[in-house]
Amino acid sequence: MGIQTPNGFNLDNSGKRIVVDPVTRIEGHMRVEVNVDSDNVIRNAVSTGTMWRGIEVILRNRDPRDAWAFTERICGVCTGTHALTSVRAVENALGITIPENANSIRNLMQLALQVHDHVVHFYHLHALDWVDVVSALSADPKATSTLAQSISSWPLSSPGYFRDLQTRLKKFVESGQLGPFKNGYWGSKAYKLPPEANLMAVAHYLEALDFQKEIVKIHTIFGGKNPHPNWLVGGVPCPINIDGTGAVGAINIERLNLVSSIIDRLIEFNELVYLPDVAAIGSFYKDWLYGGGLSGKSVLAYGDVPEHANDYSAKSLKLPQGAIINGNLSEVFPVDHANPDEIQEFVVHSWYKYPDETKGLHPWDGVTEPHYELGPKAKGTRTNIEQLDEEAKYSWIKAPRWRGHAMEVGPLARWVVGYAQNKAEFKDPVDKFLKDLDLPLTALFSTLGRTAARALESVWAGRQMRYFQDKLIANIKAGDSSTANVDKWKPESWPKEAKGVGFTEAPRGALAHWIKIKDTKIDNYQCVVPTTWNGSPRDPKGNIGAFEASLMNTPMANPEQPLEILRTIHSFDPCLACSTHVMSPDGQELAKVKVR
Amino acid sequence: MGAATETFYSVIRRQGITRRSFHKFCSLTATSLGFGPGAATAMAEALETKERVPVIWMHGLECTCCSESFIRSAHPLVKDAVLSMISLDYDDTIMAAAGHQAEAILEETRAKYKGQYILAVEGNPPLNEGGMFCIDGGKPFVEKLKMMAEDAMAIIAWGACASWGCVQAAKPNPTQATPIDKVITNKPIIKVPGCPPIAEVMTGVVTFITTFGKLPELDRQGRPKMFYSQRIHDKCYRRPHFDAGQFVEEWDDEAARKGYCLYKMGCKGPTTYNACSTVRWNGGVSFPIQSGHGCIGCSEDGFWDKGSFYDRLTNIKQFGIEHNADQVGMVAAGTVGAAVAAHAAVTAVKRLATKRDDAKQDH
Repeated sequence: MGIQTPNGFNLDNSGKRIVVDPVTRIEGHMRVEVNVDSDNVIRNAVSTGTMWRGIEVILRNRDPRDAWAFTERICGVCTGTHALTSVRAVENALGITIPENANSIRNLMQLALQVHDHVVHFYHLHALDWVDVVSALSADPKATSTLAQSISSWPLSSPGYFRDLQTRLKKFVESGQLGPFKNGYWGSKAYKLPPEANLMAVAHYLEALDFQKEIVKIHTIFGGKNPHPNWLVGGVPCPINIDGTGAVGAINIERLNLVSSIIDRLIEFNELVYLPDVAAIGSFYKDWLYGGGLSGKSVLAYGDVPEHANDYSAKSLKLPQGAIINGNLSEVFPVDHANPDEIQEFVVHSWYKYPDETKGLHPWDGVTEPHYELGPKAKGTRTNIEQLDEEAKYSWIKAPRWRGHAMEVGPLARWVVGYAQNKAEFKDPVDKFLKDLDLPLTALFSTLGRTAARALESVWAGRQMRYFQDKLIANIKAGDSSTANVDKWKPESWPKEAKGVGFTEAPRGALAHWIKIKDTKIDNYQCVVPTTWNGSPRDPKGNIGAFEASLMNTPMANPEQPLEILRTIHSFDPCLACSTHVMSPDGQELAKVKVR
Repeated sequence: MGAATETFYSVIRRQGITRRSFHKFCSLTATSLGFGPGAATAMAEALETKERVPVIWMHGLECTCCSESFIRSAHPLVKDAVLSMISLDYDDTIMAAAGHQAEAILEETRAKYKGQYILAVEGNPPLNEGGMFCIDGGKPFVEKLKMMAEDAMAIIAWGACASWGCVQAAKPNPTQATPIDKVITNKPIIKVPGCPPIAEVMTGVVTFITTFGKLPELDRQGRPKMFYSQRIHDKCYRRPHFDAGQFVEEWDDEAARKGYCLYKMGCKGPTTYNACSTVRWNGGVSFPIQSGHGCIGCSEDGFWDKGSFYDRLTNIKQFGIEHNADQVGMVAAGTVGAAVAAHAAVTAVKRLATKRDDAKQDH
């Protein structure tokens, strides 16, 4: 019994239905429903984006130079990456080039975000899926110290350090007020770490919480604040003044030294804490290799971090670009954002209407008309959903497809593409990580692999930051202090009509904005974001998206406790505020909605 | 290591507040919130025996930048705030539990801590489509919000979303995203605007309550005066350049490199009430103007719909400080009901604070 999807999954919704709503420790609002068989194995998965904000609708008729600020507010977790994508889209449309220093500074900001986001994701959004906080109370601090010192030379590792931490944690738990740890799944069989590893991880949870606020100071230096630093079409807003009058207010030696010291510290944290922790935790979950989903089949990466200013060709991008389909790693396809046959969005299972829902639309021609309705098999009411009907419309997320394929995006997708392209800086760390854990390459295509790829990428990003900081200084030394190109700042200098696309690799995956400009105002704006790819509902052919695919065939220790569901969904680092907003078509108003 | 089990009562006692003042705080707070006299005793008992004030942190339509800002706090460290100062029992962004186990915490808090928990709201409810543009637990977020507001001791509106509506409420506001004081009209709401607010302002507001045993004094728009009573421009280090008529004319020109005033580049500092030019951001590292971009006015109501961020302000005079926040507030106070309620509550609590010294002598 069941339905075979074109992308190779057998869906059976006859078993017991389990609903998880809200899914917590993500950005935004999301719901998951699964059916489990009599052995508590997941046989059907339904993921739903449960919010819509309409940011692109709001962007219409505004100044394209302001768009970065609006789109930046799509997400405060991956703060800055939408703004960068937006200024790139506007620059692409208007043919604006940026100075070399602006490219280096933008890369530093984007890479700082990658590291910050990956660290916070692992420790504060994901770790509790692997780490049992309460178990840490029974750890032996001395043995914890031995464990910590065996995996890393990180100095905070003495028995006394872990004993103090354990005492504080004990007082906290005994107070009976567990705060964010309240009603957690402590003691579940799905947790596999010994108490000492749990205590070490809790210590690093708190250390990472202290440290993450240092990483973002790079945004504050160049962009004035974080979250939501400031950006500029044509470059970056911060001027460079090394030793002239007024240098104290600009990017000067003191600021550059501050950036440098933060880079040193984050490289150290990545390499002595984050990656060793992921490897140590992974070593206890080696036999839990579920959650692969689409990662071993179809992955997509746009690429990012241009070596040279204004060169967004695959050759210039330090993060790889390409698409892999049907698990064939020997062929990596090029990606063209402007080709109407490549990226298309479908809405047959999304709460929107198209004139013809069997067809997909390229973002430049996107149509968005919200249309909230539940299918005939849904249980509950319109405003009190008990169970969704996945045969009908069931999500605020559209379903983007690349040449008709459902794709996974994100750190794992990027690293699989880099691996398939035989790039040593991606292939070697993956091979080493797997070898150290004595795992085959197939183990990479799993929840654990997704989590490991993120840690490897954080290490990579830290080293790239050092590279671009050196490059910035070398360029200043060579006499170039320019940070902005104002040739086409004034709207009078723009063509009557223009269209462009900007893309980045957000921490969560491939991100692009498509813009149309008419009479100096935004005529159409469309974002297709990582969680739209990963969290997409089914398409007209019945292909399931990456979230749904990753949950398939996972056994649950206790269906009342959705620990395994959270673990796998979290491994994607979902961002629902990003995924669930869209743009109306040219000149077309939104459908009238009922006003209460 | 900080004492993890310190009670609210012991914290405020350590701050020099007497037992008598503490009881007055409880009864005034309870009265101002519309609870009966029995509630004051219950509140006092709870604060004396329960370890930390429960905080329920809910998310509507938002981008989570407020949560991200909160965890950037340098003083106090957010670790210490969460482990030792408050009990953050519900926050979808960081809590371990999900689904039923998460929902259960809301029910339990309402029952167990009636009138004793702080409700912190990030984001706002959309009212179009029956509220289903933001679904939480299968239901409209607005229902959950109203339910939790009913029994809260105090409500904090984090950021521009909860305070004013922010980006999703910018024209044409397709989801009818609505600031929380329009749907919760019978409770004082402390507005902490900004997109996001400064981290130390956020932890400052929470710890002010636990440290001084009163709610912070608010202006007529419901914002804590200590952080929002002056404009960015009033305390901007580039102000002398404004007064001297030295302006940046183009991005990255000589004036920009010298750090001249960004007024002509569209800076909204002259009309924006916030603490950026004094507290600064991320542990005092910088703030937007210091890093070369004008203020976009993100703590002001409707800042998305006041023209381009690069349009020069035309409604300011070059010299002098013409208005204070209250005068501006008088004009802008469309939210009369909530603002007046907030103001009344705060005035009541303020009386307690001014009597503190007398009470000390009595003791």
